[in-house]
Formats: sequence, C-alpha cells, structure tokens
Amino acid sequence: MNVLLYLVPLALMLGLTGLIAFLWTLKSGQYDDLDGAALRILPDDDIGRTNEGA
Amino acid sequence: MAEIIDFSTFVERKTNGTAHMTLAVEGVGCAGCIRKIESGLNKLPGVVDARLNFTQRRLTVDWRDGEIDAARIVKALEQIGYRAHPFAPERAEADEARQGNWLLKCLAVAGFAAMNVMLLSISVWSGSVSDMTPETRDLFHWLSALIALPAAAYAGQPFFQSALRALRARHTNMDVPISIGVVLALGLSVYETATHADRVYFDSAIMLLFFLLCGRYLEQAMRRKTRLFAGNLASHKAEFAHRLDGKGELIRVPVAALRPGDRVLVRPGEVIPADGAIVDGTSAIDESLVTGETMHRAVAAGAKVYAGSINFSGALTLQVSAAGSGTLVDEIERLLQKATEAKSRTVRLADRAARLYAPVVHATAALTAIGWLIAGASFHDSIVTAIAVLIITCPCALALAIPVVQVVAAGQLFRSSVILNSGDAIERLAEVDTVIFDKTGTLTLPDPEVDATSIDPAMLERAARLALSSHHPLAVALARRARERAPYPGAIEEPGQGVRAAIDGQPARLGSARFCRTVDAAAHESDASFIFFACGGETARIPIRQSLRPDAVAVTQALAARGLDLIVLSGDRPEAVGPVANQLGIRQWRASLTPAEKIEAIERLKSKGRRVLMVGDGLNDAPALAAAHVSLSPITAAHLTQAQADAVFLGDRLAPVLRAVAVARRARLLMKQNLALTVVYNALAVPIAIAGLVTPLIAAIAMSGSSILVTLNALRARLPIRGAEIGEMPMPAMSMPMAEPDAIARGPVTPTAMELVS
Repeated sequence: MNVLLYLVPLALMLGLTGLIAFLWTLKSGQYDDLDGAALRILPDDDIGRTNEGA
Repeated sequence: MAEIIDFSTFVERKTNGTAHMTLAVEGVGCAGCIRKIESGLNKLPGVVDARLNFTQRRLTVDWRDGEIDAARIVKALEQIGYRAHPFAPERAEADEARQGNWLLKCLAVAGFAAMNVMLLSISVWSGSVSDMTPETRDLFHWLSALIALPAAAYAGQPFFQSALRALRARHTNMDVPISIGVVLALGLSVYETATHADRVYFDSAIMLLFFLLCGRYLEQAMRRKTRLFAGNLASHKAEFAHRLDGKGELIRVPVAALRPGDRVLVRPGEVIPADGAIVDGTSAIDESLVTGETMHRAVAAGAKVYAGSINFSGALTLQVSAAGSGTLVDEIERLLQKATEAKSRTVRLADRAARLYAPVVHATAALTAIGWLIAGASFHDSIVTAIAVLIITCPCALALAIPVVQVVAAGQLFRSSVILNSGDAIERLAEVDTVIFDKTGTLTLPDPEVDATSIDPAMLERAARLALSSHHPLAVALARRARERAPYPGAIEEPGQGVRAAIDGQPARLGSARFCRTVDAAAHESDASFIFFACGGETARIPIRQSLRPDAVAVTQALAARGLDLIVLSGDRPEAVGPVANQLGIRQWRASLTPAEKIEAIERLKSKGRRVLMVGDGLNDAPALAAAHVSLSPITAAHLTQAQADAVFLGDRLAPVLRAVAVARRARLLMKQNLALTVVYNALAVPIAIAGLVTPLIAAIAMSGSSILVTLNALRARLPIRGAEIGEMPMPAMSMPMAEPDAIARGPVTPTAMELVS
C-alpha cells in the first residue's frame, strides 16, 4: 500500500495542473471567440512569411 | 456629399494617446472576412490593432489619436465591403460576461473536485468488498474531505449567495434546499470521517454542485448570447441625424449623441430622430409607427413630434426635447407604470415547484429522524438516516428539469428569429389562449407597397423610374418597382410637390394631384395613399398602401387552428382596419383605440380569466404590451415598445409568432414531464432513504442517473414540430435581415425606431 503515498499526490497534481491550465486559458480570453478561432486557422497566408523568415 | 460625421460619443480615449472603439459589423460570414477586415484596417496608418470577434460579429479597433479618426475607419470598412456601426457596449453586457466567467470557473473547480473525489470513492467502494484496511479507508476519506470542502466552498457560492438573498427577503427558492442539502451532506461526512464510520457523501455533494452548475452556466450563456445579439441589432438600426451647430453648419451625428436642446434638420423622406418641437418649416408627417394612424398629420412651427415618425413633404428644423416631455409620451409613461404595477406577478413553474418542494422534503427528513428514534434507533443513526433523506432528495434533477428545457427552447426560438427578453417568457407563452394583434407595422409590413393591380405595366415602369429621382417616402416605395435602375437624366424635384422630367421627349410629372394637373378623386375614402403620374396626356393614380406580411393569412389561420382566439386592436381608422381583419378572417376587431382603451380591452379579457399574448410595435402599444400576460414585438418597433416586449422577432414574416407559441407549448409539456420524472425518482428513492438503506454508492448513482434522464428528455425540445413550419426562414447564425442591399438602398425611409433621447 506504500505505493499510494506517491500515486495519490501524483493523481491530484495532474488534476490540479489541468484545472490551473483551464483557468489560465479562461483568463487569457481563449473562449471569447470560439467560432473565430475555428476559422482563423484556415487562411494560409502566414506560410509564405514563415518560409521567408527561415 | 462631403459631410462631417461625428462619432466621438463612441470613442474611448486612453491616457497613452490611443483611442479605442467597438463596432458591430454586418455581413461577416467566413474566414476570408476576418482576414480582409483585419489586414485592411491594420494597413491604415495610425491603426494600432484591429481584431474581429467572429462569434459576436464585433470589431475592436485601437488607433493613435490624431493620426486617423473614427469616421475614416468606418469609411475604410465600407470600402472593403462591410457596413460597420460604432456603438458603446452596455454596462449590463460586461456584468453578464463577468458572471459567465465566474460560473465557468466554479464549474471547472467542481468538475476537478468531482473527478478526484470519485477516484477515491470508487476505490473505497471496491475496497470495502476486498482487502482495504480501515486505516487506508480513513486516509481516503480525509483526502476526499481535503478536496471536497474547499471546492464546495468555492463552487457552491452561486447557490449559497442566492439562497441567502432569498432567505433575507423572507421567501425561499430552489437554492435553499440545495444549499441545506450540500452543507448537511458535507458536515455529516466530516463527522463520519472523524468517527471512522464508513458512509461519507463527499462525492454526492460535489457531483450535485457540478450538475447544477452545468445547468446554471448553460442558462446564463443563452441569456448572454441573446442580449449580445439584441445589442448588435440595435446598433445596426442606429441612424444618423443632421445636427445644426452654432454657426448653422450641418454635422452628421449618431442619434445616440443627440442632447436636449440640439437643433436638428429633418429633410423630406427622413425619419424624425428624436422627440422635439418644430422650430421652423411645415410638413406632413406619418406617425404610423407611433400611433398606428396611417393618415398623415400636418405640422408647423410649435408642433410636437415624436421619434420614429416619417417626415413627408417639407424640410423641418427641430429642437430636441428631453425624453418623456411630449404629451403623448407622458401619457404612455403613466399608463406603462400603471400596467407594470398591475401586472399580476406570475409565479414561475420552477419557483412554484420549489415552494412545494422545500417544506415537504424538510418535513420528511424530520419525520424520519423522529420515526427512527421512536422505533428505538440511536440518536446518531436517526440523524444520519434523516440526512441521507435530505441528500437523496436534494433537487438536483428538479433544478435541471426546467432550466435545461428553457435553454434548449430559447435556442430553438433564436434559430426561428425570435429573441427572448425575459427568461420566463416561454412558460407564459405556453399558457396563452388569446392573441391580440396591432395592425400597422405588426400585421402589415412597416414599409408601404405599391398596389399595381389596376395600372398599365409600361406606365408603372416609367413612373417607378421617375420616382428614383425623389426622396419622398411614397416615391421611394414606388421606386422599388423600377426594373431599370438608372434615373431619367434631367429630372428635377420640386420639394413638397413632385418630380418632373422629359421621358422620350414627352414631359412627365410624378407627385401630388395638383402637380400632375389632375383631380384627386375619392382619395380620402380608401385605406391607401396615392401618388399621381402624368406622361404624354395619360395620367395614372397609383395606390400605395400598407401591405400584409406575406404569410399573415397562413399564420393567423394556423393560430386559430391551434384553438387561439384572435383579436385586432388598432389605433388606425375603422376603414383601414376592417379590410385587414376580413382578409385574415379575424372577426373581432376594434379601431381608433387610444393606448388607454387598448389596456382596458386587455384588462377586460384578463378579468374573464384569459391569458393574452399581445403582438404590437407602435409607441401606443407599449402600455398594452406591458399589461398583457406575455408580449411580442417586431424588430422594427419603437425603442420603448421593444423594451416592454418579452420577445422580439426579426424579418418580414409573421411566422415567428406561430413558432414562438408552438415551441413554448412543447417546452412547457417537457417541463411538466421532467417534473413528473423527478417525482417518480423521489417516490422510488425516498422510501429507500427512509428505510436507512442508502449507501454512498446508491446516492451517487441515483443522483447522476436522474439528472442525465431529465437532461436527455429536455433535448427533445430540439425535434421539429409538425404544423409550425409555415414559411420557415432559418436565420443563418447572425446574419442580419437588414443587410440586404435592397434595404440599404431604401435608406432613410425604412421606419426604424429611434432611441428615445434620455
């Protein structure tokens, strides 16, 4: 049963990380424009720019 | 036309020398639009940042003050191909956004806690039949407490706060039993953990919060979405006024920027932007949007006019007065106040259920404890069993049963172009047995149309093409019929009389009877207005009348078929109302009613026990809308009127009224089914709890099971309804019916409702 001593805290840490990540995304406004985010990946005019930079 | 436009009321200036503005953009529909708008604006010198929120169809622009101004940004957008309307977002919107974020945070915390507590609980449940030692079990219970207590303290706030508010106001709502249930479940669990017992309910309490927060968040998100959309629509309708500054120069300003005392020039064909008194000029004005009266009123200096009236013949200079200073508006305000006070407070279904529910549950729990004590159980066991009853009856399903149906039904209505102003409108719509319609602008279209039945098509085409050169509202209605969109060269408009031009070498005139040198025969006996056309010896009298909404007949028939009583109450003349009522097959109609008489008629119906749905748009309908059980108004309605309506519908059709009733009726049925499901659940679970047989496992399964069941049942509100699909016109996401090029070409004649200057 000693395995619990680090498995349970590990599970909780993972859960907390998820929670904190979610709160951070919420705070940084990533859910403000869900439909827009889905469309913004479509135009590919940024590809040319990246290639020039590389 | 080089005009100065002043947008300064919408611009927010920051200390670092940048300015910020929010605009609602029309016609945004794809990924290309985002790129076009953003890169187009970011290219402009001086623009710091432009970002389009596609979900909200709103654009925020920051620029360095002085290098570029708001008017040039709007102009640039127009050149890219989008109409944009600057506006100041309402405070309420920001509050709701904050509230939504808070609920989402609570939901995230509850979700995290529910997952982790469940992880420990399932180990305990399976451990109790295998080899888990009591020490390990205690450790798991303490860990659960460590997670659940802070999480519940945070995520439970929406319920605790609302319950406290209700208790302070000395009544109860659904959040009271929820809060008591959660607090007792947690308290008991801590006590049981400390005494090394094996029944703890941390998982049930936190899961309950999670499910309830899902419902709360969905409800709030729906409300926020409709409010946002309504805000966009309002800004799309925002009109401009020509303000005269001190030196007598004209400046175009948004109507929202007008202040009492400002002088405004209203040209023929324009909508009067604000309430006020005429300082200079004479004209005839059409007040049909205000009073329902379709006859024009002659006005001269000194006369009071109301926002939303259309100026017909001459240019007027107007002094803007404070809102509510006109006699009509005063009267309406007074009636409104009375109607709102007298409105019988309808008790919402959920609150009615809550009122019954809380005492019954708490009495059952108390009786359980007493019963077990009498039966000889120990004090500790009796209390534990009583608390188990409270936990199992905690109104998880009940608190979801109604909001989820409301959210789904509101979404359905939103897709059928009906925007709800108040959350409980759905319940009240479902109870309706009488529908009262206003005529002008409600049964009929807000814009007049040409009745071309008795006119030679070639003549009509020539008249319509000549009408292109005029700003007169009747001419504009006629001009919409022109197939050839190029105006005749050399056409001259004589203000207040008509237009003349040479057509194929022959002199032609369009305008009043006198201007066309003909006789005005029997014009006043009909429900139509007339415009005359003379060309090469021939003359034509072209009737222009308010035409019915295209699906009005079908919709009124469908409503009658659903067992609803239909009545028309209009402020217009009997000879204008009668034919419309006949055409629709509505036998009960009354004309020439004042706002007070409309209320009286509604009160009389109410005293007979009728539930009245009022559909109206004029300023004169506002008190009637407030007095009715539930009310709808078209988006073209006066601002004050829309504020009173429980829901607003878009588009040229009347079908949304039918849809609203049909969707609401089914939603109410589903709500009742859900309540019945909850009762059945309680009937099964409560005896088990009273018998003391509820284990934490049973509690967890029963609670989530019933919640999922009512949610699935609520989703049935999305299924199509038979017989309510007349002229179904799906509204593509947020595209605006006003965005049609035709509507733009109509320009100032579209009788848009003006904001009352306040």
